[in-house]
Amino acid sequence: MKLPIYMDYHATTPMDPRVFEAMKPYFLETFGNAASRNHSFGWEAEEAVEKSRKQIASLIGATAKEIVFTSGATESNNLALKGVAEMYAEKGNHIITAATEHKAILDTCKRLEKHGVRVTYLPVQTNGLVDLEQLQAAITDKTILISVMYANNEIGVIQPIAELGKIAKARGVLLHTDATQAVGKVPVNVIKDNIDLMSLSGHKMYGPKGVGALYVRRKGPRVQLTAQMDGGGHERGMRSGTLNVPGIVGLGEACALCQAEMAEESKRMAHLRDKLRDKLQSELDETYINGTMEHRLPNNLNISFAYVEGESLLMGINDIAVSSGSACTSATLEPSYVLKALGAGDDLAHSSIRFGLGRFNTEEEVDYVAAKVIDVVKKLRDLSPLYEMAKEGIDLSKVQWAAH
Amino acid sequence: MAYSDKVIDHYNNPRNVGSMDKSDPNVGTGMVGAPECGDVMKLQVKVNPETGIIEDAKFKTFGCGSAIASSSLATEWLRGKTVDEALEIKNTDIVNELSLPPVKIHCSVLAEDAIKAAIGDYKMKAGKTEAVTSSVASN
Repeated sequence: MKLPIYMDYHATTPMDPRVFEAMKPYFLETFGNAASRNHSFGWEAEEAVEKSRKQIASLIGATAKEIVFTSGATESNNLALKGVAEMYAEKGNHIITAATEHKAILDTCKRLEKHGVRVTYLPVQTNGLVDLEQLQAAITDKTILISVMYANNEIGVIQPIAELGKIAKARGVLLHTDATQAVGKVPVNVIKDNIDLMSLSGHKMYGPKGVGALYVRRKGPRVQLTAQMDGGGHERGMRSGTLNVPGIVGLGEACALCQAEMAEESKRMAHLRDKLRDKLQSELDETYINGTMEHRLPNNLNISFAYVEGESLLMGINDIAVSSGSACTSATLEPSYVLKALGAGDDLAHSSIRFGLGRFNTEEEVDYVAAKVIDVVKKLRDLSPLYEMAKEGIDLSKVQWAAH
Repeated sequence: MAYSDKVIDHYNNPRNVGSMDKSDPNVGTGMVGAPECGDVMKLQVKVNPETGIIEDAKFKTFGCGSAIASSSLATEWLRGKTVDEALEIKNTDIVNELSLPPVKIHCSVLAEDAIKAAIGDYKMKAGKTEAVTSSVASN
């Protein structure tokens, strides 16, 4: 077993070597511009791009023409929200999203608010899921778009997208979903789920960084977008810019591999994840799983170890790459807004660790990680005045703390 | 974030971890911070009433590595000092000793507050001065 162990697959994944192999010829040999229409270099590049489009479409139940290549999910999210807001401005100016969305959605919404768009941020329930009745109630005749993520990047919970899709369709509102964490991990089907726009990214599914796609429905309804990048009119005029052919080939290959191996892989992920959870919970008291286990990515475990601060835990397990919702580990010095949105309390957000398992994790690694985390949590609890107080029977929520 | 060797050393081998009897008249207890802020420090001193010298110091900290190191270091420094000398320990001394980066300065401030709170508690018990309770947590 090699150290350090990587268990942060929600942040990024290593490329699958098979993806790398597929990309290789497109750097040095088949280097043409896919928009060059009058020679074989261009044709070969275009052929590779179209193959990728089909591979992506096949994985998500779309048709090839509905795939728009971008630089990644952040750009896809920006294009979807800004493109719809601008294109449908005459129809309405209201967007509904959720409090636990990725910053690429939330910050895009903030920007749109400055330009006169009204945004409703739906709260989530303690299990991390949006409430369908609240969604229904939030829709007005000015609502043009609902944007709710497929699976959450911190807590891995899977939103009831098919239900959202039904509601959106019935009310004549478009549904966008940021499916960055879900595509390739769980079955996603834009037809079954009534999805109109969907963002995905290469580097979260064993493909390359710097490439992603936006699915844009062409039929029932035909979704239109105002381009946010002006130029040569590539990608049906929705996203100008010379195509990143090697990246696109890699994204396509990554999708094909996920499609072929998903059933088996998700079973293996769930087994490793459940083993990790069982080991941690059998050895440690007062651990709390953040978000529902029932509707969740098979590779995600987000767990709070009460009375232990997340960054100090990361410091003790420095040969394991995971992340924490603790303020001390974030750039903003605020604890995770996703965990706060669950209403668990800031103290549990500070104590949370996100384990993101993936294709290259082994049983042996899970055993090592579990043993190490248990050891360090116990050590830090011996050091924790809060654990001591809790053991003495003091109700920490009743203590008047001196905030600072 | 990269930690200094001294922070790592205190984290791996924290000095003087533990608790003393709060009700002992010679023990002063300071508890500062709040769980929702991600740091709580408990610092205790045991003072020889004859000499005014701190004979023992113990800590327990919920917080990041720098918070643990700051309080661990504080207990080392407190031992052997008189209560008045202890009050002269400044957070900047801790910052310098542990090479704390700017985002971790609040850990040193918390440690200084914990020292002041512990000494204040001792003095109050000993009837030497008015209570310094501003940052002492109470049930």
